[in-house]
Amino acid sequence: MSTARAHLEVLPVSVRVCVAMGFVALALFPWFGTDFYVQTVARMMILAIFAMSLDLLQGVTGLVSLGHAAYFGLAGYALAFVSPEAGPVSLWWSLPLSVAASGLAALVIGFFVVRTQGIYFIMVTMAFAQMVFYLFFDNKVLGGSDGLYINFKPDAVWFDLENKATFYYFTLACLALAYVFLRRLLFSPFGRALNGIRINEHRMRSMGYATFGYKLTAFTLAGALAGLAGYLWGALTGFINPELMGFHMSAHAIMMVILGGMGNFAGAAMGAFAFEYLLHLFKDLPDVSGIALGKHWQLWMGIFIVLIVVLAPRGLTGLLARLGAKETKDA
Amino acid sequence: MVDLANFLIQVLNSVQYGLLLFLLAAGLTLIFGIMGVVNLAHGSFYMIGAYLGYGLTAQTGSLGLALAGGAALSVGLGWLLERVLFRHFYHRDHLDQVLMTFGLIYILEESRSIIWGDDVHGVAMPEWLSGAIQLTDNLSYPHYRLFISALCVLLALGLYVLIGKTRVGMRIRAGAFNSDMTEALGINIRRLHALVFAMGVGLAAVAGILAAPISSVYPNMGSQVLIMCFVVVVIGGIGSVRGALIAALLVGLVDTFGKVLLPSVASMGVYVLMALVLLWRPQGLFKS
Repeated sequence: MSTARAHLEVLPVSVRVCVAMGFVALALFPWFGTDFYVQTVARMMILAIFAMSLDLLQGVTGLVSLGHAAYFGLAGYALAFVSPEAGPVSLWWSLPLSVAASGLAALVIGFFVVRTQGIYFIMVTMAFAQMVFYLFFDNKVLGGSDGLYINFKPDAVWFDLENKATFYYFTLACLALAYVFLRRLLFSPFGRALNGIRINEHRMRSMGYATFGYKLTAFTLAGALAGLAGYLWGALTGFINPELMGFHMSAHAIMMVILGGMGNFAGAAMGAFAFEYLLHLFKDLPDVSGIALGKHWQLWMGIFIVLIVVLAPRGLTGLLARLGAKETKDA
Repeated sequence: MVDLANFLIQVLNSVQYGLLLFLLAAGLTLIFGIMGVVNLAHGSFYMIGAYLGYGLTAQTGSLGLALAGGAALSVGLGWLLERVLFRHFYHRDHLDQVLMTFGLIYILEESRSIIWGDDVHGVAMPEWLSGAIQLTDNLSYPHYRLFISALCVLLALGLYVLIGKTRVGMRIRAGAFNSDMTEALGINIRRLHALVFAMGVGLAAVAGILAAPISSVYPNMGSQVLIMCFVVVVIGGIGSVRGALIAALLVGLVDTFGKVLLPSVASMGVYVLMALVLLWRPQGLFKS
């Protein structure tokens, strides 16, 4: 049961070292990487924000949302709608607007889904996300199945996001801010209440917490943060389509959180990097004796996911913590 | 112009779609209700069924043989997967089940790609069912769709008798109520679980084979159907077969008539229905 799993909220030293080293590595990366890899890593950072936003629901509050990608995609669409054909839109109002759009959608959908529990919550979040997906997929006005282009990166006045390195550092700053914000939130009274809801909602309610409001707030906040990630994704790739809101995207986010280890945000972020790296790895597998292994990446991914669930349900941070614990015992 | 004949055709279409959905949702709801497993791969069994239908019809030239063969093969596949994988997840967290079955979607989808390729295929209707009932001069209703509805009703009746009236069904219901106690009474609950799971997979695959001639066979055909099944199960109440039947028919009606009356927002209709049911009865119409 997820409640019994150690959540490693207070990060062990080994994980903290990893987070710090990871941050330094990310900060230095544009000096070494080519443009292509700078963009790839920027994409990983965006997905890390997305995974952390889901972790607020999945790891902290114990709500497994299988429709989180809807809020990711919505903000990207919001950016596409407010971007004029011939020039950039101002970052300073389009970003808050897009994030608010995702947050609002999460608030409205959350009003329905948060009253359900367990398996119902999983199914209903997925169904509502699919509704949003079809809304965009079926309507030509909203881009239809082809999606929409965003021709210019948003205009930030003081710095130029068209510059790849600048965009990279802007994303890194967003990631760092989101991480710090979520870590503070985790240990705030609000975060403690969410934790309490995960462990025993009945008890929280009998202690006088209006759990519905707490869960709805968490759902909205997570949706808005996913929106931040979606906005950045739209700006970076210059293209948004319904697939970004689809079921696979949502499931991948869950996988990232699990892979890293949930409930502490560091794990979710690491999981996002690891998952994306693996995806590239599987897709780039060489041909062995005439069989294109890379073409069948779904098979390897599927087997990998099943194995992770069976063998390492606590994820990477769990493994790191175990390694750290072994070392102190040996010493 | 929605005149009477047209209206009748739409009603028949929605019932046929609803009954097909029921075959799928019944398996999903039983597997959850009895074993407590969220099975995201259920849509993939439908897809596998459709491809089995395509492959076997191409081999044997008969949809009837394909139905029999496909049902047998898919029940076997279900039995095997239950043994190897699902059995170990009955008591695990829903999150683990979601991930494991998601991984399974990838595995099944890629296996399908390796075996049958990624092309879209049509499946021929059997000769004796390719006719149509002439309703007016230019409106007719195909025999094959009636055949689907009839077969679905038969299977639904069979399911009702099996679970409600037989000794095996009694044991299954006892197991759903309290599996430890049932086992203590000397009933082989593991075998019953395997049976229920294999049956659910078989029903999904049969739905896929039946749908193949009217909807063609294409990759990823499982995901859309999976989500419709979720909607049906949520509306009907998880674990309730009767609820699944009523909800599937409701969803069929809303979806079919939505497409006729309000085409631009039709795909949202069933989700609005789900939202309304959730507001009114968060546990679904029939909580088992």
